[in-house]
Amino acid sequence: MNLPRARVRRPGRLAAEASALLIAVVVAFPLYWMVLSAFKPAGEIESGEPRPWTLAPSLDSFRRVFGQQEFGRYFLNSLVVAGSVVIASALIAFLAATAVTRFHFRLRTTLLIMFLVAQMVPVEALTIPLFFLMRDAGQLNTLGSLILPHIAFSLPFAIWMLRGFVKAVPEALEEAAYIDGATRARFLWQILFPLVLPGLVATSVFSFISAWNDFLFAKSFIISDTSQSTLPMALLVFYKPDDPDWGGVMAASTVMTVPVLVFFVLVQRRLVSGLGGAVKD
Amino acid sequence: MSDSASATAALGAPAAPSGDRSGKTRAAYGGGPPGRPSARGVGRPGPRRGVSGGSPRAGGGWTPWLYLAPALVVLGGLLVYPIYQLGLISFFQYTQAQVSGGEPTTFEGFGNYAELFGDPRFWQVLFATVLFAAACVVSTLAVGCALAVLLTRVRAVPRLALMLAALGAWATPAVTGSTVWLFLFDPDFGPVNRVLGLGDHSWTYGRLSAFFLVLLEVVWCSFPFVMVTVYAGIRAVPGEVLEAASLDGASQWRVWRSVLAPMLRPILVVVTIQSVIWDFKVFTQIYVMTNGGGIAGQNMVLNVYAYQQAFASSQYGLGSAIGIVTLLILLAVTLVYLRLLRRQGEEL
Repeated sequence: MNLPRARVRRPGRLAAEASALLIAVVVAFPLYWMVLSAFKPAGEIESGEPRPWTLAPSLDSFRRVFGQQEFGRYFLNSLVVAGSVVIASALIAFLAATAVTRFHFRLRTTLLIMFLVAQMVPVEALTIPLFFLMRDAGQLNTLGSLILPHIAFSLPFAIWMLRGFVKAVPEALEEAAYIDGATRARFLWQILFPLVLPGLVATSVFSFISAWNDFLFAKSFIISDTSQSTLPMALLVFYKPDDPDWGGVMAASTVMTVPVLVFFVLVQRRLVSGLGGAVKD
Repeated sequence: MSDSASATAALGAPAAPSGDRSGKTRAAYGGGPPGRPSARGVGRPGPRRGVSGGSPRAGGGWTPWLYLAPALVVLGGLLVYPIYQLGLISFFQYTQAQVSGGEPTTFEGFGNYAELFGDPRFWQVLFATVLFAAACVVSTLAVGCALAVLLTRVRAVPRLALMLAALGAWATPAVTGSTVWLFLFDPDFGPVNRVLGLGDHSWTYGRLSAFFLVLLEVVWCSFPFVMVTVYAGIRAVPGEVLEAASLDGASQWRVWRSVLAPMLRPILVVVTIQSVIWDFKVFTQIYVMTNGGGIAGQNMVLNVYAYQQAFASSQYGLGSAIGIVTLLILLAVTLVYLRLLRRQGEEL
């Protein structure tokens, strides 16, 4: 819509645009500072005269980060955890969302409300019972102990969000498929699934981020076998409260942030094209 | 019907599965990548989707349950059962001795709760949690809404710049956001103290200033969700409505109060409740930025307190009792949310 834009006087609009740009700079500044500090040579980071630029960019901090024992492995572990969570929760949520949008059955509304309520459960509070659960299942110190809970915690939101995407696929399409002799399974995987895929990808960004960012479970469940650690823990190796290696922390933070940014940008594009092209009846 | 329903699908659901999103997780958890899903839900009342998109087919026998089975198994095993366990443990004397099997677990009834409620420290932490969450929610909403309005007033380039910056803040993981903000405010090497001329003032030393620093980070990573959602909501208000209002001589303020605010109410409810839930659960930011709860635990919030009781002091029973308290408080917030949704005629 157009807010009563005509009535916004020109100087007013210029002021608004100037402040929008200024705020954008302020909001982006922490990220800029992170990347900048990652590239600064050691002497410039730990200096009492921090400058918002560097004339001698260096890869030393990144070298230190990747030279840390098994940093590559931590990165890989994080990818495995986030990737498994994304794929598993997308498939499970797709089936569940189809069930609650395409069928009428008793308890349907109750289930939906339960999914909504489940989103509010404070995951942190469940760390204690999950710890014992993982211990009894022999899953402590394995990536499984990080993957399984995150699948469970991303499901309610994924189902709730996917519901809209599944609903948007016209009923007529389903009837046409059955008339043409398709089985339920065929309709589900060959017709509905591709149509809902853009929505699935969009939903995945949230499961990805929750798994990728996980700090608490990684800290609580991976207690002795550091080869199973993930990125947040690797980052904190450089962050000793008394004497942090800021260059290392900033380089590791950059490495950890970039994949999420990339995923965000990718998903946004797919989402737009998906919504524009997928559902035409 | 399906329009309002899908609006909630896009907007209403963004509960971050994990709380650290302080959001970010939460941020991330936020609802939908900026712009698109929200714009889709709220912005375009697609007539086509509304009519043909489906009312659920009746019957299907066991098929829906077959489709639901994997989800129910996972949720039952890793969400419902742990909640049950949490409740159970909270009634037992459960410390390192019991964990290692050295002593039998003894049923304590409400012993842990009695100990908790009799401890002034618990009340202090609870009070701090509520105040901190409230401050975060109010600041996040104020910043998010103000910037959403600002976005409607500017041309494409500044809008894109602000959107992109917000996207970056949104996508930043809680752990890295925390370390970066700490570095910005570092007493020795941070640019903020230099610019403000604060010398080597330590932000994490004082209780309030440490909370304030965490608040800044939390607001930074959670306002984008509010901004994008509210912006999409404003864009969805038909221009004619506003035009009519101004033709009738309504002032700018009046248009806001009497036209836009009521139309945006559903969206405001969603973002408020989501923010309350996220900010009440903040863990990573506090833990990382104040190094586990601040000097002498001065910056504890409930989640960190429960974690420290359980995993640092091996008081698992007590930690579980704190977890149950957190759970009940959030459940109450959720019930309010459900009531508000229902009042809006949300069809499930």
